[in-house]
Amino acid sequence: MTLASPGAASQDAASQVAGSERPDTPGAGREPGARATSRGPWVTALRKLLQDRAAVASLAALVLIVLCTLAAPLYATRVSETDPFTSNLSGSVVVDGETVDVIQADTGGLGLGTTPIGPTWTGHYFMGADGQGRDVMARLLYGGQNSLVIAGGATVITLVAAAVVGIVAGFFGGIVDAVLSRLLDVLWAFPVYLLAISLSIVTIGRGLVLGPVTISSSSLLLPIVIIGIIYVPYVARPIRGQVLQLKRSEFVLAATGLGVPRHRILVTDILPNVATTLIVFAPLMMALNMITESALSFLSIGVQSPAASWGTIIEDGQGLLYTRPWVAIAPGIAIVLTVLALNVLGDGVRDALDPKAKLRVRKGR
Amino acid sequence: MIRVVLARLGQMAFVMAGISILVFLIFFATPGTDPAARIAGRNAAPEVLAAVRHDFGFDQPLAVQYVLLMKRLFVTGDLTSFVNRGQKVVPSILQAVPVTMSLVVGAALVWVVASVAVGTLACVWRGTVVDKALMILGLIGISMPVFWVGEVANLITQSRYHDTWLFSWVPGLGYVPLTQDPVGWFKALVIPWVALAILFVGLYGRVLRASLVEAYGEDFIRTARAKGLGEGRILFRHALRTSMVTFVSMFGLDFGLLVGGGALLTEVVFGLQGVGYLTYNALQNLDLPVIMATVMYASFFVVASNAAVDLIYAALDPRVRLARA
Amino acid sequence: MPDPVAEPLLRVENLCVSFRSERGMLRAVENLSFALQPGEILSVVGESGSGKSLTSLAVMGLIDDPNAVLTGSIRYKGRELMGLSRRALREVRGAEIAMIFQDPMSAMTPVYTIGWQIAEQVRAHSGLTKRQARARAVELLGEMGMPNPELQVDRFPHQLSGGMRQRAMIAMALSCNPSLLIADEPTTALDVTVQAQILRLLEQLRRHHGSSIVFITHDMGVVAEIADRVMVMYAGKVVERGPKPDVFARPAHPYTVGLLDSIPPMAGEKPHRLPAIPGAPPSIASRPTGCPFGPRCAHHHDACRIDPPLFALGRQDVSCHLVPEGAAA
Repeated sequence: MTLASPGAASQDAASQVAGSERPDTPGAGREPGARATSRGPWVTALRKLLQDRAAVASLAALVLIVLCTLAAPLYATRVSETDPFTSNLSGSVVVDGETVDVIQADTGGLGLGTTPIGPTWTGHYFMGADGQGRDVMARLLYGGQNSLVIAGGATVITLVAAAVVGIVAGFFGGIVDAVLSRLLDVLWAFPVYLLAISLSIVTIGRGLVLGPVTISSSSLLLPIVIIGIIYVPYVARPIRGQVLQLKRSEFVLAATGLGVPRHRILVTDILPNVATTLIVFAPLMMALNMITESALSFLSIGVQSPAASWGTIIEDGQGLLYTRPWVAIAPGIAIVLTVLALNVLGDGVRDALDPKAKLRVRKGR
Repeated sequence: MIRVVLARLGQMAFVMAGISILVFLIFFATPGTDPAARIAGRNAAPEVLAAVRHDFGFDQPLAVQYVLLMKRLFVTGDLTSFVNRGQKVVPSILQAVPVTMSLVVGAALVWVVASVAVGTLACVWRGTVVDKALMILGLIGISMPVFWVGEVANLITQSRYHDTWLFSWVPGLGYVPLTQDPVGWFKALVIPWVALAILFVGLYGRVLRASLVEAYGEDFIRTARAKGLGEGRILFRHALRTSMVTFVSMFGLDFGLLVGGGALLTEVVFGLQGVGYLTYNALQNLDLPVIMATVMYASFFVVASNAAVDLIYAALDPRVRLARA
Repeated sequence: MPDPVAEPLLRVENLCVSFRSERGMLRAVENLSFALQPGEILSVVGESGSGKSLTSLAVMGLIDDPNAVLTGSIRYKGRELMGLSRRALREVRGAEIAMIFQDPMSAMTPVYTIGWQIAEQVRAHSGLTKRQARARAVELLGEMGMPNPELQVDRFPHQLSGGMRQRAMIAMALSCNPSLLIADEPTTALDVTVQAQILRLLEQLRRHHGSSIVFITHDMGVVAEIADRVMVMYAGKVVERGPKPDVFARPAHPYTVGLLDSIPPMAGEKPHRLPAIPGAPPSIASRPTGCPFGPRCAHHHDACRIDPPLFALGRQDVSCHLVPEGAAA
């Protein structure tokens, strides 16, 4: 799956970010007075990002997608007027003045099966119903909320955990580094889907009990934590490398030589650089997490019924693929659009924060 | 070189041990869960539960449980499923391996050829519409969930356009053994190969283009021009050859990951009864022994192939070879 | 003016290299002219950004930036190279005109042995078999003073020392007996002792093979050792050119004077502080009007608002208003 992409891309991005940003250090003798303008690089980066038309368009698209999913309750109550979380096997709906059953008996074959109503392209059942007579459009909007929340939440967990692990391992070195690095090695070699499956299968039935904290099996926290954990090595390893590189860089050595305390070096030199890397990673990791969430939900170990996510709707639509393809196709399109926007935005962010990569791109043009 | 190999093999053994412990802990020591009940399956009879407790040594310390599990997985290979009573887990995994291999090897072939073509063309025509179009297509390819691609492919080739000349040759979903019917094998796998390869074509095409463009900025390309070499030779023997180092190392990792379970979603969508499908079925039945075994075998395969990649990498890039020796 | 009867090996006339950019055309090299006789070593001296490397790349037809615009004429053995087809240019490159670069590490493809790379060039311009080409590579490496060439031939660039790498690079450049060798700062990245060895090697080549050499450097000390003639460049222009002894004995342009003053004297009293030219060379985008060296020049005066042409002064040509004013430095 996309497993290779964060690994390959990340190390690349990290090393470039590491090389490009050189914060001023007291006494390092670099650009006197640079401290006053230390927000300079961020402002420059933001300005650069805003000049990138593709990135801005992606950002706009993402905002639009988020707004749409936030409007889900509005849509369910005002437009579709059905509850997207309870089955509606015997209901009916008025389309073009005719009353149509939501779940229709098959006319062909033995007439034993049933087929849900197809897209009406009007308010009720805009995209038709799923196998249980639920409005696909409404579920799509609600599912989008879940998909975005999981992808976003998992990204936060990954980045925070990776930053902590990477900085601790890189900065303190020694035995701490050795232990953490070996642990990361093991996790890294573990195929992510298998790790996610293992973690899901043991927690899915009864949830997770950690002392006083109980996470119920239907909670969104479960997929968030699982997806967040499995990608930690992908970000932590490059960050550790970056911190090591920074630690050996001339300006940090100079600061150390001048007796600047370690915690100050950490705050003034290491953290800003790691922050840059994390920002570069954020949209790309979120894109990856979207795909992972949909895959786990498709395997029925992500979001649990009756809640929806784009992945579960695709799974719902699998059985209806040849009769009512929209059920499976629509959430897929939603995923592709969101992930595409995140990837384009991620490229833009990387270009903006990482002048070296920009140079490389220019060279090609 | 021998020292490099030995060191790498030692590292591999370490990671394998680490993974086996990690898997063991996830399955046997996750707080708030009863592993015996999980292994026995849903609504298991008390006597089955008791048998499981005894079999896996749940009355004994964790270390003993670990050794017992490893023995049953890798030495005696007699781990049995309790959901499908009496199904020996290890043999059924070995049976599924050829299916997964057929899928992954074919897809790998497709994606290597296609992505080298995409990356090279985009680099040769860099800055043009062709380049931009290829890169955007690549990005779209990266952004599509593979199981959804598979479903769309099925919709088109199995249902909507199956009766047209274009897709009438596509057989129903499922696997045909290569030894029985090579043509049928090929027909059954072409669509899954392409579906699985799309993501990687996008990914590798983009990476290759980037590293080719980077290579073209290197001094040695200027030297090659100064030597009076033809553009074709410069592209293939110098730029592409140096870019191949990253490409091959990425390929090895992804190939390992796919064989080790990454192809699971593709297998499910196309009804190919490979290792991934086995895992999927076990997931649906909450058949823990099967999941444990597939996870363990697959991760070991991935670790082994990672080690192989590193060694190939060393052989491919003389700088690495020297640095490690 | 060079003798019109004897056609020089290389004659560059009115060469201009400009780049299209967002801020309009940027002229990197302006109206450059020079001639090179067979067997002659011409040193092109200048700071980075003076256009000396671009000039050499232009001669090789190696400027492939789509935004670059080249005008003027480059005649090699009487044949116009400018506007030559890629194929025709390829036959000249490597076989007739060869080039060596500053950093042999990055200038050689890292994944092939030096022998492979030398053989590749040999085979590109001759019908030799692989085996013969390899034998030729061994022979060349030996000629370049590499110990155990049979062994070294199978080594990768990163396995050699800097000096050995540059020898391999020179061996490759000379593999097809070119009449003209362009050396772009070939000794800059090397230790001083190795530098001397490479210079001696280049001298020998000229003596044994009669090749002409265009030697690009920023180091006046190196110029003093190797050059027959000197061409000093500043901000894309020739500011002074002439036979080495003349230029060194009587530098006429204030910039040349500054360059020569910055060499520590070999004998006599050590100066307290080496004189330096104040300021920095102008960037390509912000070149001053009038004399480009004006802002840094101690002799700056009203006449300098007009860009000076090259004035003849003995055997030298100098682009400075002081020459016609009879007050040359």
